[in-house]
Amino acid sequence: MHIPKINTPRINSPRLFKFQILILLITITSTSALLAGNSTDGDAQSKAARSKIDNLTLVANGAWKSECGSCHLAFPPGLLPERSWRKMMRGLDKHFGENASVDEKVAREITQFLVANSADLSGNRRSTKILQSIPPDSTPLRITGINYFIRKHDEISASVLKRPKIGSAANCSACHKGAEQGDFSEHNVSIPR
Amino acid sequence: MNSLLLKFIFVATSLVNFIVIDIAVAATDTNPQLLLKSYAAQAKKENPSFKEFAALRGEQFYHAERLHSEGDKVSCMTCHTTNPKNIGKTRAHKEIQPMAISLNSERFSDTEKVEKWFKRNCQDVLERACSAQEKGDFIAYLLSVK
Repeated sequence: MHIPKINTPRINSPRLFKFQILILLITITSTSALLAGNSTDGDAQSKAARSKIDNLTLVANGAWKSECGSCHLAFPPGLLPERSWRKMMRGLDKHFGENASVDEKVAREITQFLVANSADLSGNRRSTKILQSIPPDSTPLRITGINYFIRKHDEISASVLKRPKIGSAANCSACHKGAEQGDFSEHNVSIPR
Repeated sequence: MNSLLLKFIFVATSLVNFIVIDIAVAATDTNPQLLLKSYAAQAKKENPSFKEFAALRGEQFYHAERLHSEGDKVSCMTCHTTNPKNIGKTRAHKEIQPMAISLNSERFSDTEKVEKWFKRNCQDVLERACSAQEKGDFIAYLLSVK
């Protein structure tokens, strides 16, 4: 008996399905590689490109966003050096007077993310300036206490910060409209009355 | 051309699938009634004379102010305001969506999240863990606020 050769249907083919998965993985990995900006190839070039961008949150992490972001802005990792993030994550049970503890697995994931994109490693222009303004023997936890931050906000009086719509200097997004996207550009500032 | 379009559709649908699955996993594994049941069972274990939860006790709990060992007057109201229907504010001045379940259906829909916040906030306000009865009364109160 002659069995006619049947072309496997395109959509249900397992091979195509694998291909689909492969494409998906490639898309994800290449996007994350792009976002992480870890290319060794043409590093100087990409560093130059990055230094022109103000955006500090080129990378994101779900646990970081949801855990850190439930009480305050999920501060971009590039705002503090690695040593600060490690110290911060070790003391979450007493986090600026509050219990912000997370379970061990989540803590590990967030620490890894913060460290990998910390000011020491982010290569961002702002991160570099932040690092330069921190004495090497200090490990700051409060972003608002960093010299670079103080210098940049010296024209903002304490009474402005106390306005109901602002509250404190830690409330970045009250004035920095792009803070959620890591944009702290001066052009995107609007101070609420 | 046609196959390129197909590939694109496949990739797009896969991405959508991933996103949808992600969202589904992140949300709702419980609801206030289910939580009340499990807290009731716990409360009975903690205190054999426990009968049932009371919204009124939850209301008193919500409004009870105490002096924290660090000197501040604290209560649920510190962040969630005097009325659970209001938008609250964290100490870092970020908005908190209403606690009243009638206004915020996301409340008490994720066991892990519920336990995480009871753990943190009971410690921050009461400087101890909350009992199952306190948790149940609190939920009963937030269910009763219309």
